[in-house]
Amino acid sequence: MLYSLRKYNFLIRQLVNRDFKKKYKRSVLGILWSFLNPLLLMMIQYFVFSNIFRNSIPYFAAYLTIGTVAFNFFSEASGMVLTSIIENSRLITKVYLPKYIYPFIKILSSIINLSISLIPLSLVCMASGVSFHKTTLLSLYFWVCLIIFSFGVGLVLSTFMVFFRDTQFLWGIFNRMWMYMTPIFYPENILADKYKFVLLMNPLFHFLKNIRLCIIEGVFPQPMEYVYCLSFAFGSLAVGLFIFLKNQDKFILYL
Amino acid sequence: MSRIVIDVKNVTMRFHINADKMLSLKEFITRKIKGQIQYFDFVALKNISFSVQRGEIFGLIGHNGAGKSTLLKTIAKILKPTTGEIKTHGKIVPMLELGSGFDGDLTGRENIFLNGAILGYDEKFLIKQYEKIVEFSGLGDFINVPIRNYSSGMLSRLSFSVASMVKPEILIIDEILSVGDADFRVKSRSRMNELMSGGTTVLLVSHDVKTIRETCNRVLWLEHGKIKMIGEAQEVCDAYEAQPAVLQSDIKGE
Repeated sequence: MLYSLRKYNFLIRQLVNRDFKKKYKRSVLGILWSFLNPLLLMMIQYFVFSNIFRNSIPYFAAYLTIGTVAFNFFSEASGMVLTSIIENSRLITKVYLPKYIYPFIKILSSIINLSISLIPLSLVCMASGVSFHKTTLLSLYFWVCLIIFSFGVGLVLSTFMVFFRDTQFLWGIFNRMWMYMTPIFYPENILADKYKFVLLMNPLFHFLKNIRLCIIEGVFPQPMEYVYCLSFAFGSLAVGLFIFLKNQDKFILYL
Repeated sequence: MSRIVIDVKNVTMRFHINADKMLSLKEFITRKIKGQIQYFDFVALKNISFSVQRGEIFGLIGHNGAGKSTLLKTIAKILKPTTGEIKTHGKIVPMLELGSGFDGDLTGRENIFLNGAILGYDEKFLIKQYEKIVEFSGLGDFINVPIRNYSSGMLSRLSFSVASMVKPEILIIDEILSVGDADFRVKSRSRMNELMSGGTTVLLVSHDVKTIRETCNRVLWLEHGKIKMIGEAQEVCDAYEAQPAVLQSDIKGE
């Protein structure tokens, strides 16, 4: 697989390139939107959640922004990978290329978007007085876990999408539910203790908690957290790849 | 180097699909429970064996649904045959159906690179060949226009220009030369001759017996997924055209 990634390097670059060109083709501000979009959304959310709903979270702007950037990445990545196969049906039915290339391109595009939105994220952190810690760099580990996790989820979804076009709509609702179940704009202790297990089972909660710990508080996460996050990530990737590769020969019959 | 570049052995392609191809999840579950999902078996290719030699122009004829495209797709590795095996030697370039590797929002130039990459060419090669491709396509300044504004003739010219720019060992053409104006047809014909003298094997599918007769050395006639006849182009085309009148009108009705 690694060998073919090198072989298809040029193609992958071309296709990622196409995604970007198409996205901003007819807009005046172009690529600037990748940066402006999250920034403006963050400002709205910040205004809503810090004025209308009061809360006592320290460094709330940074807390909220990390939450939204991470969750937006998750929903964008999984959503883009979800449609990757059906979107490219014309190509798949005409040319032979390894099929995992299509989801792979989408995850690359969303990683680029994520990196761009890290710029407004750091601006917000600086503005709200979060200082740079050694652990800030460590948060990269958890971002990567989040990316791998999202890719795995997306692979499962993209396979389902080929056979059932309902997947998209179901996922939209499920995704929203997941968003509210994840402490993005509320503190994690808002939940009664007996519901705590829901949080602990939520991979996104773990990624998010540790990223915040690293960036805002500058504290090293507990050793077990590294293991949890890594197993969530690779568990998801393994399931995703398994389902995807097992069904890929059937895709063409349903496109 | 072996003379045989495409070797198809006992290939059968069976589709096992549910009758209404696209079910919603709800329908799927309720019908699965009731045991109502109807699968139908459709055999598109039945035990096909043949081989194509290097440098041959090999034609495929047959009516709609005879399995021509399915056969091409199995050779191009897009479809996996249910049983049997296909061996090919060398790089296969499928001539994409009108712009299927193209993106309407991108310019001709961007599409040359995109399509080239899809067909498996590398970057250096494309940069080197770029001028030649543009020149051959005869698109001139249109190359910097998004291709959604192209006519279908312009699209097929661009498509042929990209696909034929290298010397692929095997070139697969599914109904393409019928498009484009007379000038371009002459040009593409001579380009094909050039390719073939360089040892490229061409697989050509067409409904148009005339094209096949003029271009191909050998022809395979498929009917209902089976080989009806295989042999010299003239011979097979004669037999094909000598079918009963009912079928004839069927062909012309295309």
